[in-house]
Amino acid sequence: MLELVRSLGRRVDDGVWRLGFAARFFVVTLALSGSALRRFPLVVREIYFTGVLSLIIIVVSGLFVGMVLGLQGYDTLQRYGSEEALGVLVSLSLVRELGPVVAGLLFASRAGSAITAEIGLMKATEQLSAMEMMAVNPIARVVAPRFWGGVISMPLLAAMFSAMGVFGGYLVGVVLIGVDEGQFWSQMQSAVDFREDILNGVIKSVVFGVAVSVIAVFEGYDAPPTAEGVSGATTRTVVTSSLAILALDFMLTAFMFRGA
Amino acid sequence: MSRSALDLWVGFFVAAGFAALLFLALKVGNLSAVNMSDTYTVKARFDNIGGLKVRAPVKSAGVVVGRIESIRFDPTEYFAEVALALDERYRFPRDTFATINTSGLLGEQYISLEPGGDAKMLEAGNVIKKTQSAVVLEKLIGQFLFNKAAEGPEQKK
Repeated sequence: MLELVRSLGRRVDDGVWRLGFAARFFVVTLALSGSALRRFPLVVREIYFTGVLSLIIIVVSGLFVGMVLGLQGYDTLQRYGSEEALGVLVSLSLVRELGPVVAGLLFASRAGSAITAEIGLMKATEQLSAMEMMAVNPIARVVAPRFWGGVISMPLLAAMFSAMGVFGGYLVGVVLIGVDEGQFWSQMQSAVDFREDILNGVIKSVVFGVAVSVIAVFEGYDAPPTAEGVSGATTRTVVTSSLAILALDFMLTAFMFRGA
Repeated sequence: MSRSALDLWVGFFVAAGFAALLFLALKVGNLSAVNMSDTYTVKARFDNIGGLKVRAPVKSAGVVVGRIESIRFDPTEYFAEVALALDERYRFPRDTFATINTSGLLGEQYISLEPGGDAKMLEAGNVIKKTQSAVVLEKLIGQFLFNKAAEGPEQKK
C-alpha cells in the first residue's frame, strides 16, 4: 500500500519536474532561434528531412481520405437528394478538421519520431557533450534548426493534404460517380470562406507544428542515453504529440467555430 | 556556400505547399469572388428577420450586390435593424423594397432588393423604409389551418 502511494507520488513528482524542464527548454530554444535562423542552410536541411521526405505519405493519404469522404458523403447525401453538396462536405471537413489533424498525426509519427531518435542517439553517443566541449551550444546547433524545420514544414504539408483531399473527392464524386461538376465547385466556393475556414485551418496546422516539433526535440534531448531510453522516448513522442494534437484541436475548434 | 540538390528539393517542397494554399484559397474558397473593395452601408428595419444571419448575401434580381454587415435589436421600438453593406458600383432608388427570402425550400435566408422608381438614390446611412419580414413557416401553417377550420362548415351546406 505504502509502496503504491510512494510510486504514485514519484510519478506525479517526475511529471511536474519534466513539465517544468520542457517549458524552460522551449523558452531557451526560442531564445536561441535567432542564431539558427541566421544559419539558414541548417534549417533547410531539416525541412528536407521532415517535410520533403514526408511528402509521399501526406499526398497519398490525403488523396485516399478525400476519396473515402467522396464515397461516404455521396452515399448519405443522395438519400436527401442533395448530392451537389458533396463538394461542400468534402472541402469543409478537410480544410477545417481533417487536413490539419490527420496531417499532424502523420507528421508526428513520420517526422517527430525521427527527430527524437536522432537527437536521442546523438546524446547517447555523447555527440552533444562533445559539442559543448567545443563551446558550441547543442540547442542552437542541433535542436533549434530541427524545431524550426518542423514548424515551417507542417502548415505546408497540411495545405497539401487538404488540396489532395479535395482533388480525391473530385475524382470520386465527379469523375467516377458523376455529380455535376459545375455544382460541385460552385457550391463549394460559396460555402467555404477564406478567413473563417481556410485561414483558421492554417492557424491550426501552425499550432500543431509547434506542438509536435517541441515535443519531438524535447523528448530527444531528455531521453536517457541508452538504447532502451531512446526507444522509449520515440514512443513517448508519438503518443504525447498525438494526444496533444487532438486536445489542442478541440480547444482551437471551440474558439474558432463557436459563432458559426 | 554552394547550392546542393537538397536546396532544389526544399524549394520544390515549399513551392508545392504554397501552390496548395493558393488552390485552397482560389478554387475551394471564394477569395476571387470577394472583390467588393468599396461598400456603402444602408440600414433596413424589419419586424421579424426569421433566421437571417450576419454575412448572408444581399441580392437584387438574383445577383449578389452586398452582404449583411450587422443585425441589431432596437429596444425602444422593438424592431430588428439590419445594416447592409452594398457594393459601391450599384446604386438603388430611395424607395427600394427590401424583402427577406429563402433560397430553396430549406436553404439559407437572404435579403432581396427590388428597386422602386424614385429619382433620388440611396446614400450611405440611409434607411430603407419599405420592408417585408421573413415568412415564418409555423405562422403560415397556423393561419392556413385556422382559415380551413373557419370555412369548413360553410362548404358542407
